[in-house]
Amino acid sequence: MRRSILTAAALTATLALAACSGGAEEPAGEESAAPNGEGSTLTVWVDETRQAAVEDAAAGFEESTGAEVEVVLKNFEDIRPDFLAQVPTGQGPDITVGAHDWLGELTTNGVVAPIELGDTAAAFEPVSVQAFTQDEQVYGLPYAVENIALIRNTELAPEAPATWDDAIAAGEEAGTEYPLLIQTSTEGDPYTFYPLQMSFGAPVFEQNADGTYAPELALGGEGGTAFAEWLAEQGEAGTLSTDVTYDIAVAAFAAGESPFIVGGPWMLEQFADLDLSIDPIPSAGGEPAQPFVGVAGFYVSAQSENALLANDFLVNHMATPEAQLALYEAGDRPPALIEAADTASEDPITAGFRAVGADAVPMPSLPEMGAVWAYWGVTEAAIVSGQSDPAEAWEKMVADIQGEIG
Amino acid sequence: MSSPATRGSGRTGWSPGFLVKLVLIALVDALGVYAVLAAWSADSWGVLAAMVALLLVANWAYFTKRALPLKYILPGLAFLLVYQVYVVAYTGYVAFTNYGDGHNSTKEQAIEALLVQNERRVEGSPSSPLTVVSDGGALGFAVVSPDGEVRAGTAERPLEPVPDAVVDGGQVTALPGYDVLEYAAVLERQQEVTDLRVPVSDDPADGSIRTQDARTGYVFTSTLTYDPASDTMTDTTTGVTYEPNDDGQFEAADGTILPVGWRVLVGFDNFVTAFGDDRYAGPFVQILLWTFAFAVISVASTFLLGLFLAIAFNDVRLRGRRVYRTLVILPYAIPGFLAALLWSGLLNRSYGFVNEVLLGGAQIPWLTDPVLAKLAVLGVNLWLGFPYMFLICTGALQSLPTDVLEAAKIDGAGRWRTWRSITLPLLLVATAPLLISSFAFNFNNFTLIYMLTGGGPRFDDASVPLGHTDILISMVYSVSGLDGTAAKDYGLASALSIVIFVVVATISALAFRRTRSLEEIA
Repeated sequence: MRRSILTAAALTATLALAACSGGAEEPAGEESAAPNGEGSTLTVWVDETRQAAVEDAAAGFEESTGAEVEVVLKNFEDIRPDFLAQVPTGQGPDITVGAHDWLGELTTNGVVAPIELGDTAAAFEPVSVQAFTQDEQVYGLPYAVENIALIRNTELAPEAPATWDDAIAAGEEAGTEYPLLIQTSTEGDPYTFYPLQMSFGAPVFEQNADGTYAPELALGGEGGTAFAEWLAEQGEAGTLSTDVTYDIAVAAFAAGESPFIVGGPWMLEQFADLDLSIDPIPSAGGEPAQPFVGVAGFYVSAQSENALLANDFLVNHMATPEAQLALYEAGDRPPALIEAADTASEDPITAGFRAVGADAVPMPSLPEMGAVWAYWGVTEAAIVSGQSDPAEAWEKMVADIQGEIG
Repeated sequence: MSSPATRGSGRTGWSPGFLVKLVLIALVDALGVYAVLAAWSADSWGVLAAMVALLLVANWAYFTKRALPLKYILPGLAFLLVYQVYVVAYTGYVAFTNYGDGHNSTKEQAIEALLVQNERRVEGSPSSPLTVVSDGGALGFAVVSPDGEVRAGTAERPLEPVPDAVVDGGQVTALPGYDVLEYAAVLERQQEVTDLRVPVSDDPADGSIRTQDARTGYVFTSTLTYDPASDTMTDTTTGVTYEPNDDGQFEAADGTILPVGWRVLVGFDNFVTAFGDDRYAGPFVQILLWTFAFAVISVASTFLLGLFLAIAFNDVRLRGRRVYRTLVILPYAIPGFLAALLWSGLLNRSYGFVNEVLLGGAQIPWLTDPVLAKLAVLGVNLWLGFPYMFLICTGALQSLPTDVLEAAKIDGAGRWRTWRSITLPLLLVATAPLLISSFAFNFNNFTLIYMLTGGGPRFDDASVPLGHTDILISMVYSVSGLDGTAAKDYGLASALSIVIFVVVATISALAFRRTRSLEEIA
């Protein structure tokens, strides 16, 4: 509907301003009206980092099929709301890039179509296909796996720490300003804190046997309380602080003010001149500190008029080592296709992130997850800053989320 | 004098003016017709009807002799209809629907999505190389089984072995009794190809072959079927029947609901939710009070500071007035959202410029303490807003009639008295409408709140993600899930927006009525 308002506005504007405006804007919606045949056009939404890689794959596809691929550049943040709003009007793309945790929302609104990967499914990292699976159906073609890990400045700390306390001790020994950097901010950062929470045995939702999540909260209980109390202790000791935002943490690590930072491959650009090693995140509560895995992939619109082309493009042209490696070059995230990931792992940093990712858990894609984020971070931040009593605040948070989910 | 009046403005004859008008109207018509055609091909009937109506009115208005006023106001009227009336009306319409997550589209699309989501590949079934064929008119599939046997069928005829087929590299290249379709021909009919289901055998339980890329086929079975006659969904594995309910979802007798729904009108449900959820009752009152306080204090503080500076810089004895005036305008030249973002950095507790440099390393929680956060919001808004007030006050001061001021002086009025009884009332006549618009703007000043504090710090005692500096519009944003923290509900968001619209419209109307009494002075 949004598009049609815009169209109406644009059309009326052209009408009223016709006298002064020479070239009128092309109204939208032409591509769907174009006759099929040789001139079939596949519209793909991409964001900046994947544009070049998708365009390369599209060139090969155009050559082999004669169909045209129109790659539309969009802001990553705009893709999800625009896709949800435009697919029902028939104006959306045939394919869009997206993250796997959108899946719940996209299927509830009926805007994505399943993809049958067939035998290619086995060629992908299992966690990546699992992340795009809901109710036994796969809805996306994965191309990259991303997760956080402990990034270590090898000059300041020669050895990987085994536990959180080891890391803090090593950091203090290094004599830098911060023993360890972890972005927190006043809104909290539950994504970055999740491995620490997992090390206390408090996953966010119950996990089914096949690795998918059930919409039953699991972050309360003993593990959750223990984690909350640990947060309060660390906040008091000063190892965690709500003043450390993403920018501050990255800048401090780049300046050599700490031997460790908890973060992902997206930070690496700023650390180009440091000697780094990627290690598993040290456990604070005894159990393995598993971070969330996010999988990036391509979705096919449920209203696509070119479903055949779209699936052909994805399954036969984007699931190739070349295409996946091109995306890896552009975005630095380990590819989802095992063959491509093996090639990319020649780089020790990528191999490090991949090794941590292999033991990680997929980020829940349930629609209920939205409600969790809203309470989770601020509660953690309030506990770290000492504003709230840890056990009480954690318990209230669980109750509030439960109330929101209903 | 009389001849222009009788002629009106409808120029006749081939005067240069008429020619110019003809060309302009022709341009408008050309674009209008283009827009109508575009709307036609996009099936946007509403846009099409509006375009046709506007075109007819425009042509009539500029060629008739009897519509002189309309010639002037038509462009403005068209903009008003599109940008104001339509938007408000559409928001009003959405407020009575359940548009949002789970109710995102039409019923047809929901049914389609449910059927597609509930097709399952038969476990352990092989993926077979597939070729699209046609049997005269009907499309069909030819699949090669793992043992090399070729079987073919159409939607009506289940798969059966076809002898003497020519297979090359897994793809069938020739098939007796069928035509093999070229890739281009397949693309032309891709909708049909992806919709085609070729039954594996006479027993529907065995499933059917379908393809997504016209190269590989898989055996699928559907677990949901839709019966258009009775408008029901049936789960074939359990036999449960789902019927459409009033909320735009398929519901079984035991109350279970299929996940994908569609948009329906729900009457006043959204308004009931907006005011009926007791989790929101407490925060709502606090936020309403703060919104009023924020808007009123912002208008008053910016106006007073702007006025003070305007008077000070209006004094001819002040040297370098131009430099000061330019400096004062500067905050106005920075985009508001950027300034708010900058300030949120400046006010960071440990690393912000304000604490670090100006206050010598003090750890003042400007943005995280409930009271200080409110002060910070007001302070930043003062910084952002006073240049505007300064500008309009300077303008109004400079246009005050000097004779009235002189008369007051002659009558023996002192400075204070003159200012209070002459200057201020005359100033208010000019600025009151702007103060009202400033109130309406600040009442909905989403950018500032969102960029500066994000509504935080959160209420400790509430069970909803709202905070001490949230105003109504930022509350709407999070309550309706537009920020991604809850399921999106455009219906609820629209309903709350309508409420805000009514509040602001009422206050503005009352205030405008009050300003009439000021005009009597002038």
